[in-house]
Amino acid sequence: MTVKKINGNVPQGDIKNIWEDHKFKSKLVNPSNKRKYNVIVVGTGLAGASAAATLAELGYHIKSFCIQDSPRRAHSIAAQGGINAAKNYPNDGDSIWRLFYDTVKGGDYRSREANVYRLASVANNIIDQAAAQGVPFARDYGGYLANRSFGGAQVSRTFYARGQTGQQLLLGAYSSLMKEVSKGKIELFTRREMIDLVLVNGKTRGIIVRNIITGEIERYAADAVLLCTGGYGNTYYLSTNAMASNASAAFRAYKKGAYFANPCFTQIHPTCIPVHGENQSKLTLMSESLRNDGRVWVPEAKGDKRPPNEIPDEERDYYLERIYPSFGNLVPRDVASRNAKNQIDAGKGVGVTGVAVYLDFRDAIKRDGVDTIKAKYGNLFDMYERITDENPYQVPMKIYPAVHYTMGGLWVDYNLMSNVPGLFVLGEANFSDHGANRLGASALMQGLADGYFVIPYTLGNYLATDKTHLDSVTTDQKEFEEAESIATEKIQTLLNINGSRTVDDFHKELGHIMWEHVGMSRNESGLKTAIEEIKKLRAEFWKDVKVTGMNENINLELEKANRVADFLELGELMARDALERKESAGGHFREESQTEENEAKRDDDNFCHVAAWEFNGVDTDPIRNIEELSFTNVALTQRSYK
Amino acid sequence: MRNNTVSMNLNLKIWRQKDGKDKGFIEDYRLDGVSPDMSFLEMLDMLNETLIREGKDPVAFDHDCREGICGMCSLMINGQSHGPEAETTTCQLHMRKFKNGDTIVIEPFRAKAFPVLKDLIVDRSAFDEIIAAGGYVSVNTGNAQDANTLPISKINAELSMDAAACIGCGACVASCKNASAMLFVSAKVSQLSLLPQGQIEAEARVQSMVNKMDELGFGNCTNEAECEASCPKGIDISNIARMNREYLTASVKSQE
Repeated sequence: MTVKKINGNVPQGDIKNIWEDHKFKSKLVNPSNKRKYNVIVVGTGLAGASAAATLAELGYHIKSFCIQDSPRRAHSIAAQGGINAAKNYPNDGDSIWRLFYDTVKGGDYRSREANVYRLASVANNIIDQAAAQGVPFARDYGGYLANRSFGGAQVSRTFYARGQTGQQLLLGAYSSLMKEVSKGKIELFTRREMIDLVLVNGKTRGIIVRNIITGEIERYAADAVLLCTGGYGNTYYLSTNAMASNASAAFRAYKKGAYFANPCFTQIHPTCIPVHGENQSKLTLMSESLRNDGRVWVPEAKGDKRPPNEIPDEERDYYLERIYPSFGNLVPRDVASRNAKNQIDAGKGVGVTGVAVYLDFRDAIKRDGVDTIKAKYGNLFDMYERITDENPYQVPMKIYPAVHYTMGGLWVDYNLMSNVPGLFVLGEANFSDHGANRLGASALMQGLADGYFVIPYTLGNYLATDKTHLDSVTTDQKEFEEAESIATEKIQTLLNINGSRTVDDFHKELGHIMWEHVGMSRNESGLKTAIEEIKKLRAEFWKDVKVTGMNENINLELEKANRVADFLELGELMARDALERKESAGGHFREESQTEENEAKRDDDNFCHVAAWEFNGVDTDPIRNIEELSFTNVALTQRSYK
Repeated sequence: MRNNTVSMNLNLKIWRQKDGKDKGFIEDYRLDGVSPDMSFLEMLDMLNETLIREGKDPVAFDHDCREGICGMCSLMINGQSHGPEAETTTCQLHMRKFKNGDTIVIEPFRAKAFPVLKDLIVDRSAFDEIIAAGGYVSVNTGNAQDANTLPISKINAELSMDAAACIGCGACVASCKNASAMLFVSAKVSQLSLLPQGQIEAEARVQSMVNKMDELGFGNCTNEAECEASCPKGIDISNIARMNREYLTASVKSQE
């Protein structure tokens, strides 16, 4: 099979000037012509809300869709810790170049350099924009913006609003979106789920959605579609994602021809509250900012069941500080997670289940006092206590890694456009900026960079070049007709199976397979097993799932079934990608590829590329296309946080 | 993580309503083997799994993040919005707060402006309409100056953040005998009125948001403070006083 090489369309030139030059060379849409264009934005998280608001301000006519009852509820809202920007307000040596460098290195050299540089260079504007919207960032006593440090960086560049930075940034973007709704520039469609993408003459011209309240299948046409639908962490069933977070919009686009890039790059976050039992429905993350003051440890001795406060210091192993003296507890997420797993595997896990490590604030409280710690992390400590019934001011927290973020996603070029013309992908749903591992406080940065500062230019260039609006497309065309009838048929099939196992039952089993074989540590035989098991489970799903109720009403089981059907295909694709990437990189750890010190070992000779998967039929192997990555500004080195 | 060997048996009385037009009724369920470490919504998941296996229609309820921040979950639990625990959303309420043999009554948030859509799901889009009426600073992308050119006193920034912590769940409305939305509206008005950015629109904002609130059928405030007591984010009732002050000032000025 010949490997197709795809091109990221990165303009040539000095990386520092590429974006400015590109903006200048991009075609503009005349202000009075903008109102002639219809743009669909799916999702109202940071990427979707910021894009919809900004494009509406420019004059485009926007249709904005979300699953929840209000655009304010998208899962960006749950991000706690902060947002990075290289303002260098603390005067500690930060710069755009350093933010760029840290992000490329943190991503283990599997991101696209030019995209990351652009991200770093617009980050400062995001802080300004959010502050102007009334986002109540933390301030110091002089009234200036406060910063804190985060994993993977040696400077303090993270802006925050207590432990609710995602909420505040999202509400800022949401308020801008509602401002445009009130002007009639944005039409808002809540409680709608996208179930297919519609192409006309090879170009993206609309979507099919299901109205979650009435069950009606609705058609919408546009000149371009922006998918801002988040990541696919819920393939694992248990994750820190919201319950409705799903991959269906992106996956349906994949099945219509859009490439899915690096699906195996998933991030397992090191500081989550451990699993309590089989009925657990989701995992709760504790912000990584806790690692600024908390110290991670396990008992020196295997199976030490003494309460933590009775274990003296000399019998504790502060393993991150020991192994990584220069970064200590602030190593990147993938490194922290893998080390926690190593300790558990060595029999040193703590708590009733033995599947947890300690995160201890005893020394920080002794040093700074309870009040200071409370001011910094009060809401996180309260949340921890509410869930576990233990007081972290008195006993160390117990933490364990959990699936949190997906770096992979739909393939996009430098303009954030997929290989399908007119289909743009923003935020976590795309793949381009975080490589194989995302640094903390960079997700909010990327979602807003894409929406506020990138898409307004690149979409304009597409519309001005393509003149799509000149061929009028209406929703009664056969392409819409066909997409709708396929969707309707699928829904009927699901409702008619009337088998014996619930949707959640299938989803949990898929989650077990994924966590076991496509989790923190992966190997060839495990991945092959996963592929076989998922195929079997998928076949069983279509024979034996039980979906109660009917389509023409609120039917939460039907919604879940539709999503799980996609996860059952995507899970296989993730395993397949992990199998083919015979190197370790960031969050993707292949046991066959490690250094003598058990750190992830990349294979730059063979895998310094993006794997962009092309759909080829449900039970046929997909095609692995590649985009070569070149690193001319940040030299390829083995990451070291020692 | 404690108590996970003990399990509870519960009697549930749950509001069932087919759709917006249906009259609705309370149905009784018995649920055995509930773990105290489960969240309230995980308990409902467990009930639903049982109902589905029996071929019955599961109970529809709103939920999403399950970590107390999205504001999607709701429920009146034994007559209290989000249940008995202070400053806790339903999704963060754990079954260890209940006892073996308890009877739990579960109803939707009720208010004229929040019509029931099915079972425990209500339509809260009225809140979005209120925000659209003025709950924003009119700054287009690209207009912003450097964030540090506008210092904000730490006290005001903190007070603003206290108000901004609102998750828009509607517990305040559901627990108010007048179904007033004043805590919700005042939280947004306060967040923005405590900051220098957006002062230019302050008067128009408060008038427009309050008028929209009235128009949508929310009631007035009669100082019962049920909203504050039921707010999962601890939004302070003094925000309502601030909003009233702003509203009065704005009204007086606009008459001049």
